[in-house]
Amino acid sequence: MSIISKVARRSISIRVSQQKRGYAAGTAQPQDGIQQGVAYSHLLKRGPEDALRNPELAHISAVNGETTKMNLFQAVNDAMSIALATDDNAVVFGEDVSFGGVFRATTGLAEKFGKDRVFNTPLTEQGIAGFAIGMAAVGHTAIAEIQFADYIFPAFDQLVNEAAKYRYRSGNQFNVGGLTVRAPCSAVGHGGHYHSQSPEAFFAHCPGLKIVSPRSPIQAKGLLLASIRDRNPVIFFEPKNLYRAAVEEVPVADYELPLGKAEVLKKGSDVTIVGYGAQMYTLENAIQLAEKKMPGLSCELIDLRTIVPWDVDTVVESVNKTGRLVIAHEAPKSSGMGAEIASTIMERCFLRLEAPIQRVCGWDTPFPLIFEKFYMPSMIRCFDAIKTSVNY
Amino acid sequence: MDEILYEAQRQGRISFYMTHYGEEAMIGSAAALEFQDVVYGQYREAFMLLYRGFTVDDCMNQCFSNALDGGKGRQMPVHYGSKQHNFQTISSPLGTQIPQAAGAAYALKLNGDKQAVTICYFGEGAASEGDFHAGLNMAATLKCPVIFFCRNNGFAISTPSSEQYKGDGIAPRGIGYGIDTVCVDGNDAFAVYNATKAARAIAVSENKPVLIEAMTYRVGHHSTSDDSTKYRDRKEVEERAKFDNPITRLRRHMELKGWWDQQQEDELRKETRKTVLKSFGAAEKKPKPGLQELFNDVYDEVPPALAVQRDELEQLMKKYPEYYTTDEYASSSLK
Repeated sequence: MSIISKVARRSISIRVSQQKRGYAAGTAQPQDGIQQGVAYSHLLKRGPEDALRNPELAHISAVNGETTKMNLFQAVNDAMSIALATDDNAVVFGEDVSFGGVFRATTGLAEKFGKDRVFNTPLTEQGIAGFAIGMAAVGHTAIAEIQFADYIFPAFDQLVNEAAKYRYRSGNQFNVGGLTVRAPCSAVGHGGHYHSQSPEAFFAHCPGLKIVSPRSPIQAKGLLLASIRDRNPVIFFEPKNLYRAAVEEVPVADYELPLGKAEVLKKGSDVTIVGYGAQMYTLENAIQLAEKKMPGLSCELIDLRTIVPWDVDTVVESVNKTGRLVIAHEAPKSSGMGAEIASTIMERCFLRLEAPIQRVCGWDTPFPLIFEKFYMPSMIRCFDAIKTSVNY
Repeated sequence: MDEILYEAQRQGRISFYMTHYGEEAMIGSAAALEFQDVVYGQYREAFMLLYRGFTVDDCMNQCFSNALDGGKGRQMPVHYGSKQHNFQTISSPLGTQIPQAAGAAYALKLNGDKQAVTICYFGEGAASEGDFHAGLNMAATLKCPVIFFCRNNGFAISTPSSEQYKGDGIAPRGIGYGIDTVCVDGNDAFAVYNATKAARAIAVSENKPVLIEAMTYRVGHHSTSDDSTKYRDRKEVEERAKFDNPITRLRRHMELKGWWDQQQEDELRKETRKTVLKSFGAAEKKPKPGLQELFNDVYDEVPPALAVQRDELEQLMKKYPEYYTTDEYASSSLK
């Protein structure tokens, strides 16, 4: 018997005491009557008709209305598969992508498209980014994976000093439009400092890069295909907590969703609520709680989808209607995306605002393991911000 | 300890764990150092801590992120650190410790601390990071008394060493930097000991770096988040574990020399298991660190803006107590 199977089979005869903390996934108890979490979300399109009702997908439902159940990593996988199939110059690479990747996002791609086009690299993020830039610079489509967004920093120089400036510095003679960098990001419940980060703000401060983050499988597939085909370097942050948890009926066709366009998920009249990625589910729950506790309250929920360039007009239009804004993100508050959005909306909607813009964010500390629940912009914190804004 | 904590993760009682299976002979390097030597690890070097007197309790406390964890529960399990034992706190990013070790060694040299060196552990995968190049080149050019110790265990998660480099491993790179280098059988505890001892002597007397590449094999999975049957043959792993097992090799040697026998083996196993289980049970029951540790230590003192955020959380906890259960924590006071 191998050591591995020996370990797996021998059960430790420890008296299993009342477990207050378990890391195995479990169903959370409803709080205040709100069933929290992705599994209960109404934002996910669980039926084919639901999925295709989306006006952004109208063009494909006419041609090919077939959908299949996919979670987020399967949707990402499907997008890359389509990209590789439709673009002979496309390749996928990164650490451990060959066997399928640590989050299974590249499963089957090496088998399907060959080892020349889907391959492992040595362990070097700066190398991965630089290599990707080089491929894109001569016209190829480089889909690079950084294993965790927390490890993207060695690549910062390549992405900020090279990729972002490639077109501009060359007088548009050269560009790396074919570059897409994918990375799993955000909290997962037990990731601590280095498996939970949301580093979008570092890159948002760099002109020349686009940053995209999907909230669901349908969004992930369409936005990733759009990102790959967009003629600018794009960083695609995939919330790792959603890889398995978010499941939808995803159209099997080749489709894109627009970059630079936010999506209004719920129309409302009293307060605008803005977020992206996994935060959308927390915000959904916060709104449910707010509308329950404050009957008559009507909240408008917006998913930015593209963080840079973010859809200013959609948010302005919404705030001009509601007069109130709440922004939430996991990344630390100071100098996060919320700061940029708040400043812009203050400029554009100053006289319309009825309350200070609220930001619900991670605290200005490294991401703490055992204190995660106290760190996150949780449902109750978002609810509190909505309440503060509305009662101002 | 590895076995029990791995199982504990499977049962959902700790969030994460990494085992050392197959690499146990590396403890030889711990034995060859002096207590004052500064250690920079990657994440698979708990042997170094245990050798120096970090207890099983200390390990358990860190893995359970409880109030007795020196790291105050902020990092994932196995991210040990101990100032008392001269073991710099582990961080997940790979290779970052390499130039740090060079710098620490340089400082030790300036101190006139002639008798202390740094040792820096990393895997053959981490050696592909840019920090490896920076660290080794700086150590060589700036004459730093650092032992660079590469645990070449054949895998970086799923990536075999054949995809990590095309040269003859990590050792030849040392020559490129002008660094004295040795390659040893990493599963031979005595070889590892001797190599480290010799390396230390060079580093201390000549104030220059030494590179050791210790060849071994990662028998276990990369971590509890990995299932290595997905990318390698179970049979290959079993064979390596059986025919080149560092613990077995040392034990057989000791038995042949008459220093060890089956009875002692059985007793030690029984004792160790008892110790570990007792420690496990105790650590699991202990409270988590006080909530104030969320906001402390970002800087030496809590800056005003962060104190404002701390107050904000305090208000929220008072306002919505049902959402902030704090029974698990040593104190619910944030200050």
